[in-house]
Amino acid sequence: MMGQIKFISGGMLTSIQDLGRYGYQKFGMPVSGAMDTYSLQLANYLVGNKRDEACFEITYLGPEIEFLSDTTIAISGAIMQSIVNGRPVPMNTSICISKGDILVMGAVKKGMRAYLSIAGGVIIPEVMGSKSTYLRAKVGGFQGRKIENGDLIKIAKSSLMPIKEIPSPLLFIYQSIQTIRVLKGTEFDLFETEGWNTFLNSEYTISNQNDRMGYRLSGPPIKHKNGADIISSGIVNGSIQVPGHGEPIIMMADHQTVGGYTKIANVVSVDLPIMGQMKAGDKIKFKEITLEEAQKLVEKQEENLVNLFSL
Amino acid sequence: MTNNNIKINPSGDSAILVQFGNEITEGINKRVHNLHFMLDELKIKGIIEMVPAYTDLLILYDPLQISYNGLGQIINEEIEKPSKLGTIEQRLIQIPVCYYEEFGSDLAEVSEHTGLSKEEIIQIHSSSKYLVYMLGFTPGFSYLGGMDERIACPRKKIPRQNIPAGSVGIADKQTGIYPIESPGGWQLIGRTPLNLFDPNREEVFLCKAGDLLQFIPINKTEFESIKIEQNK
Repeated sequence: MMGQIKFISGGMLTSIQDLGRYGYQKFGMPVSGAMDTYSLQLANYLVGNKRDEACFEITYLGPEIEFLSDTTIAISGAIMQSIVNGRPVPMNTSICISKGDILVMGAVKKGMRAYLSIAGGVIIPEVMGSKSTYLRAKVGGFQGRKIENGDLIKIAKSSLMPIKEIPSPLLFIYQSIQTIRVLKGTEFDLFETEGWNTFLNSEYTISNQNDRMGYRLSGPPIKHKNGADIISSGIVNGSIQVPGHGEPIIMMADHQTVGGYTKIANVVSVDLPIMGQMKAGDKIKFKEITLEEAQKLVEKQEENLVNLFSL
Repeated sequence: MTNNNIKINPSGDSAILVQFGNEITEGINKRVHNLHFMLDELKIKGIIEMVPAYTDLLILYDPLQISYNGLGQIINEEIEKPSKLGTIEQRLIQIPVCYYEEFGSDLAEVSEHTGLSKEEIIQIHSSSKYLVYMLGFTPGFSYLGGMDERIACPRKKIPRQNIPAGSVGIADKQTGIYPIESPGGWQLIGRTPLNLFDPNREEVFLCKAGDLLQFIPINKTEFESIKIEQNK
C-alpha cells in the first residue's frame, strides 16, 4: 500500500532532491542534491526518515498540495508561511496530516529554499543511485523535471509518528550580511596579492544570475596575474571561480564537473547550506580559515546531526 | 605538498587536487589515469570518487573517514611506483557516424573554411583514433585529442539553441559528440545513432577517460536501423 499527494500547483521551482548522486562525476555527471543539505536532514529527522531520504526542495514560492492519504510531514530551511486547511502550521516541527488536507506554502520570507519531508519518503525510482533531480539532463527525480501543476506523486504509507521539534541552537539564523568561510583555492597563486585582498575585504552581492548550478556575484573585480583561463580541471561544490571580468562565481549543487577558470577559494562544507539559502541581493563577506578549522567544523556538524538522529 | 613538480593541494575541505603539469599532452594525461587506476585498485575507505581531467586528478574524500595528510601520503607513495597502465587493456570504441547532409548541416561551412571537399573531411575525420582525455561539460561528453588539424574550423558565430543528442561536431582543433540535447556552437558534421548516455542502461556511459574512439561512416539506412535496434 502506498499513499499519494497531488500538487494543485507546483510553485516556482519544486524538485525532488536527496544528498546527491555521487560516483559519476568522472563521466561528467554533476552531483545535484539539495542546495541546503543540512535543512534537508533536519526535515528528515522530524518525520523519522533516514538522513539521506529525498525531500521536495521548494524554491522561493511554495506549492499547493492536496494529501490523498494520511501522513506526517515537516518543513525546514527557508522561512515560508505554510497553511494547512486555512491554519498556519509551524516550521521545524512534525505535522500530522489527514487525507484530504490541503497545504499551501506562500512566498519565502527569509532564505531561498524550504525542504518538505514526508514520513517514509517519496516513492520514485532511484536513477544511478539517487532520487535527486538533475534538471538540465532530465535525470532522476519525478520524470527528470520540476514539479508541475497536477502532478500526482506516490509517497510511503505512514503510521502514526511522535511529534518532534528541532532544538533551536541547531537552527540557522538568517542575516542580511552573511560571513562565508573559505579556504585558499587551487589556483590561488595565479592571483595578485591585491586580488586576494580585494576578495577578502570587499562585500559581494548575489546577482540575478543565480541558480542550482552556481551564483554569480557582483562586487569589486579581482585581479589575476596572467589571465583567468586554465586547462579544464575538476571542481567541487563551493569552488569559487574568477573569470576574466574579475567577478567571482560560486559553484553549487548542479555545477559542471570540470571548469576552465581560475579558482581563488573554496567555500567550506559547513557553509554550503548557508550559500544554498542565498538569493539575489543578499550580501556576503568572505573570511579565510585553515583546512584544520574547516574539518573541525565538519566534525562538529556531524556530531550534532548524529546526536539529533539518536534522540 | 610537491613531488617532482607534481602539486598536491586541498580543493576545499573534502577534496585533494593532484596536478601533473600545465599542458595538454598524452604523457601527462596518462599519469592522471594511472594514479586514478592505482587509487581505485586500493579501494581506500573514505575516497568518495575521483574526477580525472587533462592534467590533474580530483579526489573527493570524507574527512571523517580519512585525513588530508593520510590520503596525501598514500598519493605520494603511489606516484613513486611504476605505472600500471601497461597492464590494463585500452578499449577501442567504434562510433558509427552518419555524415549525411541533414545531420552534418555545417559540412559546407567546414569545407569552405578548410578548402577540402566534404568527402575529404569525412575521410580525414573517420581515419584517426581519438584519445578520451576526460569527460565533462555535460554528462557523457568526451574531450577528445588527436584530430587532424587540416579539418580544424572555428566555432559558429551564433551558437545553436538546440543541438540534438548524438551530433558530431568540430570546434577549432577539437572534435566531439553531444551526448544530450544542448545548446552549442560547434560545427556539425554528422550524427551517431548510439546513445552515449542512457541512465536506464546497465552501462550508463558508453565511454570513459582513457578509451580510444574511432568514427565509422554509415549511411542513413544503417543509422535508422541501429537507432531502432538500440531503443528496443
